[in-house]
Amino acid sequence: MNFFNNISNILDKYTGLLLKGLGYTMLIALVGTVIGLIIGLCTGIIRTIPTSKNKAVSIIQRCVNALISVYVEVFRGTPMMVQAMVIYWGFAFANGGNTLPLIPAGIFIVSINTGAYMTEIVRGGIISIDKGQFEAAYSCGMNHFQVMLYVIIPQVMKNILPSVSNEFVINIKDTSVLNVIGVMELFYQATKIQTMTYQIFETYLVVCVIYFIMTFSITRLLRLVEKKLSGSNSYTICGSQSDPNAEIRVKEGQ
Amino acid sequence: MSENAVIKLSHLEKSFGENEVLKDINLEVSKGEVISVIGSSGSGKSTMLRCINLLEIPSGGEILYEGKNIQDKSVKLTEYRAKVAMVFQQFNLFNNMTALDNCVKPQMIVLKRTKEEATKIALEFIEKVGMSAYVNAKPSQLSGGQKQRIAIARALSMNPEVILFDEPTSALDPEMVGEVLEVMQDLARSGYTMIVVTHEMGFAREVSSRVIFMDGGYIVEEGTPEEIFKNTKQERTKQFLSKVL
Repeated sequence: MNFFNNISNILDKYTGLLLKGLGYTMLIALVGTVIGLIIGLCTGIIRTIPTSKNKAVSIIQRCVNALISVYVEVFRGTPMMVQAMVIYWGFAFANGGNTLPLIPAGIFIVSINTGAYMTEIVRGGIISIDKGQFEAAYSCGMNHFQVMLYVIIPQVMKNILPSVSNEFVINIKDTSVLNVIGVMELFYQATKIQTMTYQIFETYLVVCVIYFIMTFSITRLLRLVEKKLSGSNSYTICGSQSDPNAEIRVKEGQ
Repeated sequence: MSENAVIKLSHLEKSFGENEVLKDINLEVSKGEVISVIGSSGSGKSTMLRCINLLEIPSGGEILYEGKNIQDKSVKLTEYRAKVAMVFQQFNLFNNMTALDNCVKPQMIVLKRTKEEATKIALEFIEKVGMSAYVNAKPSQLSGGQKQRIAIARALSMNPEVILFDEPTSALDPEMVGEVLEVMQDLARSGYTMIVVTHEMGFAREVSSRVIFMDGGYIVEEGTPEEIFKNTKQERTKQFLSKVL
């Protein structure tokens, strides 16, 4: 049949382009999500610093918090496609027509866009942690950064992992908007293939399936990680409780 | 007595908005004293304890630690808190760590002890509270009484000067109260300085060196257990004791 021939023809002839697009899509989505998460964690730590008694410091704190809010609102309130154009061409405008290299530009755009969402996700994650965890850590004599680093963030990470993997999956799909500035990700390659084959439906169907396979397998994989992280609820104590010299271990069950 | 006071509260006040919880608290705690703080709910017992650790910032008055105002700029808050350990009603073990790490990590982070040293100290205190079998268990795998015993071991591992107990047995089911009280009795006998907010009158009577009765943000009566429980002077104290005993 013609349809299947066309499909196999596209897969055959343009494997290189598709794989290259796939590679860039994954690279930008992955790095963007990780950097976005780091941005989110940093803003989360900064925003929860207790207000200082020192007047000057507390004014600086308020300014920083206001800046973070502006950042979040602006990047959540505008489409990433528009952000891409504004940042890419804004840089060119400011630098006399010199544009940013494409892949770093793509990663940068996805990162700060994701960072805005992650800021809110991390904030929710921190709020969900019992106040007692903070109090216990402070009462041991830890400072704010130690409290966050050793006690709160590890628990937050576990709680927000589903949202973070969700962001990652969204990013895999949303990198497609970067074609407006010419980043050679998967969608961009599809537009290229389409102009060469004139088989618009077949080309985008192939790309559609590739996107789905990626997002689906990533979702499953991250679900496994979540399960692993949440650990088991049962355990066995090996050894003797009455004899203090006996070797005692706690074995995790399933 | 004034010279060897470890902690001294003078005219301590605390209000949450309109609500004045502590009105004028004066208290001196000497080394080795075990002080039980009793009183009905809402009398300000826990707030006073939380002020001592600066988990609540006092609205007025002073808290002196070894003669120094702890709200002074020259006193480093983290160093002070490391010397004044706290045991909470809700245990508050770090959920992301095992029982052992709960006792080891704070020592490494705050006191900069090496892992070996911290582990050795932690294991010693975990044994003291009878929890050696559970060093590798996560907090979610422990019962309330077990969690509280680990929380006490965590406090002890920091080698504090004073230990504050904020209703340590109130969240436990009756069967587990005993095991925690036993540990605390043991500590009281080994000379730790303790301030215990409690509803356990038995503990207050038998273990403490001094009992404080609080009501409406004031210390209404204080004295030895004998004085408070047998020769009660204040009407309000009598009223309270007649209901709880």
